Amino acid sequence: MMMIFGKPAPLLFGQLLLGIVNGSFYAMLSLGLAVIFGILNIINFAHGALFMVGAFSAYLLLHWFGIGYWPALVLGPLAVGLFGAAIERVLLRPIRGLDPLYGLLLTFGLAEVLEGVFTNRFGSSGVTYSVPRLLRGTRDLGFMYLPNYHAFVVVAAIVVCLATWLVIEKTRLGAVLRAATENPAIVQALGIDVPRLVTLTFAGGVALAALAGVLAAPMYSVNPGMGSSYISIVFAVVVIGGMGSIGGAVFTGFLLGVVEGFTKVFYPPGAATVAFVVMVLVLLLRPAGLFGRSR
Amino acid sequence: MNTPLLEVEGLQAWYGESHILHGMGFTVAEGEVVTLLGRNGAGKSTTMKSIMGLVPRRQGSIRFRGRETMGLPPDRVARLGIGFCPEERGIFASLSVAENLMLPPVVAPGGLDLAAIHELFPNLAERAQSGGTKLSGGEQQMLAIARILRTGARLLLLDEPTEGLAPVIVQEIGRTIRTIRERGYTVLLVEQNFRFAATVADRHYVVEHGRIVDHIANQELSARMEDLHAYLGV
Repeated sequence: MMMIFGKPAPLLFGQLLLGIVNGSFYAMLSLGLAVIFGILNIINFAHGALFMVGAFSAYLLLHWFGIGYWPALVLGPLAVGLFGAAIERVLLRPIRGLDPLYGLLLTFGLAEVLEGVFTNRFGSSGVTYSVPRLLRGTRDLGFMYLPNYHAFVVVAAIVVCLATWLVIEKTRLGAVLRAATENPAIVQALGIDVPRLVTLTFAGGVALAALAGVLAAPMYSVNPGMGSSYISIVFAVVVIGGMGSIGGAVFTGFLLGVVEGFTKVFYPPGAATVAFVVMVLVLLLRPAGLFGRSR
Repeated sequence: MNTPLLEVEGLQAWYGESHILHGMGFTVAEGEVVTLLGRNGAGKSTTMKSIMGLVPRRQGSIRFRGRETMGLPPDRVARLGIGFCPEERGIFASLSVAENLMLPPVVAPGGLDLAAIHELFPNLAERAQSGGTKLSGGEQQMLAIARILRTGARLLLLDEPTEGLAPVIVQEIGRTIRTIRERGYTVLLVEQNFRFAATVADRHYVVEHGRIVDHIANQELSARMEDLHAYLGV
């Protein structure tokens, strides 16, 4: 058997792949979190819970309406995004302009409520959702086995992150968004409906979390706590990447996934904490994050 | 006489607990260039921001083409056809020069097209792909004016466009204001520098402690020099 650094190659590549898959979810979640933080100045603690709601949306679409995976990939994020728009209008708008701490507390409470509601309805062990027929099976790459669905998740995440980056950096909507992140009052005085833009952005960030949730549904057990297990790592990603830096969030998401994967191979007990060790180091050496601008 | 383009009446404004405007009142007719002269802290910029709807706590009346604008959010005020060039210029660092220029939506027909803007401000064409705040102060000021000429807004609010700029650049901005005036725009200008104001404006209102204390036509300016020195403390 081929050995790399004294470890069997299939183990190493297998963990590397799992790391990249996890990194895909980190990247998509931290991307939405960074976009929302940029324009609302709110750290959305409910992001993990909305990821969970996204996963459940796939399950519910199937069991209530018989709608399968592929349409759910669009309809789930759309529905959860609309729910996000309602959250912004009803709950976040009234506290706009107050200390960001209020937003943090409010979204924290919202996460608890969402988890509670889903636990009450579905139990904490959750439900299962099967891999769509088209993506079942594995591929033998010679040095490792690659489950087709894992490959799909990674490609989908890269496409989603790239598309979001393109929208933000290359389109007129993106320019308006960047400007409103810098100075919303001036943008509004130039004739742009900033409150509507804020709602749209929040809904968009939430839809990204829900899309990650739908992608995660066939891989993991769909359960009410699935978001909170991700969200602390995702906060570490955002801190390491630099608050509000879009590219930084995506790059750091994949990077941390891979670092976790390797840690699992070389020092398994450290895998769960390595992200936070990196976070502490970055905070000590570069408090603004790897890609953040200090303010 | 026709309805003035802009009528401000009994305007009061507060920032938190501090009462900044105490009953401002003035008018601007179509095609005029009118200045608000006054010292730092007299309430000139607050007046501009109040017109745009950027000061949440205010009272009185602000009418544009006879239509009350109090209570409208800033984006709706802008869409009535008022272009705002703020004191701090409001150029965005994360946007290129071209993106900054194209940021405000077109609100009415009749704005300058890109070719006309580049003819008026050749530097902006050359540096279209640079970051907005990589421009010099004077170029940023030109960009802030250029972007509201594009939108079809007919009333331009320019808040101290000459502040902190070298004399050569100030002259250039003066030429720009005279050019846009010839093209039929109406301008409300905030200034501390009355020598500059005299080269571009038709009339001047003197602002002190949040109200208008005097009104001077540009022809009378030289005769009223002593009063002006007293008002502005120069």
